[in-house]
Amino acid sequence: MTIVYDDPEGQAEDVPVRRIKFTVNGRKKIAEVEPRLLLAHLIRRGLGLTGTHVGCDTTNCGACTVLVDGRPVKSCTMLAVQVDGRTVKTVEGLAGASELHPLQEGFKEEHGLQCGFCTPGMMMAATALLEENPDPSEEEVRWALSGNLCRCTGYQNIVKSVLWAAAKLRAEAGEA
Amino acid sequence: MYPSRFRYEAPRSLDEAIGTLRDGGDYAKVLAGGQSLVPMMKLRFASPELVVDINNVPGLDYHRAEPDGTLRIGALCRHYVLERSELLKSTQPTMAAAAPLIADPIVRNRGTLVGSLCHADPQGDWASVVLALGGSVVAQGSRGTRTIPFADFVTGPFQNVLDPDEIAVEAVIPAAQGVRSGGYLKLERRIGDFATAGVAVALETRAGNVIRAGIALTGVGGSTIAATEAAAVLTGHPLTPESIEQAAELAAQAARPRTDHRGSAAYKRHMVRTFALRLLSRDYTPAQEKAERAA
Ligand SMILES: Cc1cc2nc3c(=O)[nH]c(=O)nc-3n(C[C@H](O)[C@H](O)[C@H](O)COP(=O)(O)OP(=O)(O)OC[C@H]3O[C@@H](n4cnc5c(N)ncnc54)[C@H](O)[C@@H]3O)c2cc1C
Ligand code: FES
Ligand code: FES
Repeated sequence: MTIVYDDPEGQAEDVPVRRIKFTVNGRKKIAEVEPRLLLAHLIRRGLGLTGTHVGCDTTNCGACTVLVDGRPVKSCTMLAVQVDGRTVKTVEGLAGASELHPLQEGFKEEHGLQCGFCTPGMMMAATALLEENPDPSEEEVRWALSGNLCRCTGYQNIVKSVLWAAAKLRAEAGEA
Repeated sequence: MYPSRFRYEAPRSLDEAIGTLRDGGDYAKVLAGGQSLVPMMKLRFASPELVVDINNVPGLDYHRAEPDGTLRIGALCRHYVLERSELLKSTQPTMAAAAPLIADPIVRNRGTLVGSLCHADPQGDWASVVLALGGSVVAQGSRGTRTIPFADFVTGPFQNVLDPDEIAVEAVIPAAQGVRSGGYLKLERRIGDFATAGVAVALETRAGNVIRAGIALTGVGGSTIAATEAAAVLTGHPLTPESIEQAAELAAQAARPRTDHRGSAAYKRHMVRTFALRLLSRDYTPAQEKAERAA
């Protein structure tokens, strides 16, 4: 894995590169990063996991949402060095080898996406919600997703998708 | 967008963090939740040479009440923890009302109350809440520890009194001398937006008399505004429809709003009055009703 740094003044030896160790979607990784590299860019460029989108780049839209130690964060607003020793989960970590995650199924069943740009962030925020609250009300789903913007769907079907997934996950837990 | 080049240290103790700041040269910044600092660095409004990340310092994520009721909030206690706190719900109505209104749920997962106070944004919600409650900030540096009343902590927009090698280790809310009531109301254009106008009210009542009142305003001036005259007319007697009206009017007069994309100055001033009225009226029980209840 290679990340190329800008070196306009020819001062490469001053670039304060740091080595970090972290886990992404269950796999252990080591990376050498400059502290100013943002987590979103480590994920997209360094790891090649382009499911995490960068939309606004100003901490508003939530398209870049990933889980760090289980909690949703806007990866455009966290330094990559900060995940040293931590666990990252991206949208690529949701599906199993052959099966979609119930949230992904829910978005498919309930037409929870149009262009799909916001979808990975919505799913990561929803993952954390369902961990914390397996049986959320519609109001609670809306509240949990209120840091994620969608320009297409009008949110209605996104909310339905999450409720669909919640019901499926509860049914699965009941069977187990 | 990405920040300009900086050195990064992630110390594992407060002493180490303070030492790193002391030796760190002219322009070092503490990184807590990063929800204000990282955006500012990306926009190049801030270009520190050294960033001292305190997220690996253990034991700073608490919020707890002392036996006497004093509340302490550690430097790494994040907004989402305060939003879910049963302790705040049962003992701190103004804080409990404000916590869910800060930014959006994902920003709340990282951002901290203490970081918000240090950031000293005139639009910051916690600043009004802590000001209304008469809180303070505890700072630790190479010359020791000091407690700074929050009313003296902020020196201007985005400026505070901390020395370059000082870290704000906790915020302190003094114990109530009476029964606490109050709340926080914020008008925002959408979730995640800063306040068009916000009002924090913190009252303490004993034997029906208001013994302490704090009112502070968000987003209606170049700084967080303490509406001290409004608070003064409430203290020393029970709430009455007249004192509530008067306090709301004085709060509106204390506001220094400017017309901008969030609304006109007159509208914001009106909202301050309305919010103050609403918050205070919640705590008002008409005398007749009180007598009926007592009977
Ligand atoms: C989209 C968005 C919407 C937002 N909306 C709101 C809102 O509606 N209301 C609101 O109040 N806030 C809002 N915020 C700001 C948010 O609450 C931040 O979390 C908060 O202002 C800063 O806290 P932090 O822990 O993230 O601090 P950081 O970003 O880490 O730091 C902010 C500043 O404080 C200094 N600092 C931080 N901690 C310490 C410390 N312990 N000792 C010394 N210096 C310290 C830093 O050096 C820096 O200068 C919003 C932010 C975003 C991105
Ligand atoms: S890209 Fe990170 S919040 Fe929009
Ligand atoms: S589906 Fe297009 S932004 Fe949400």
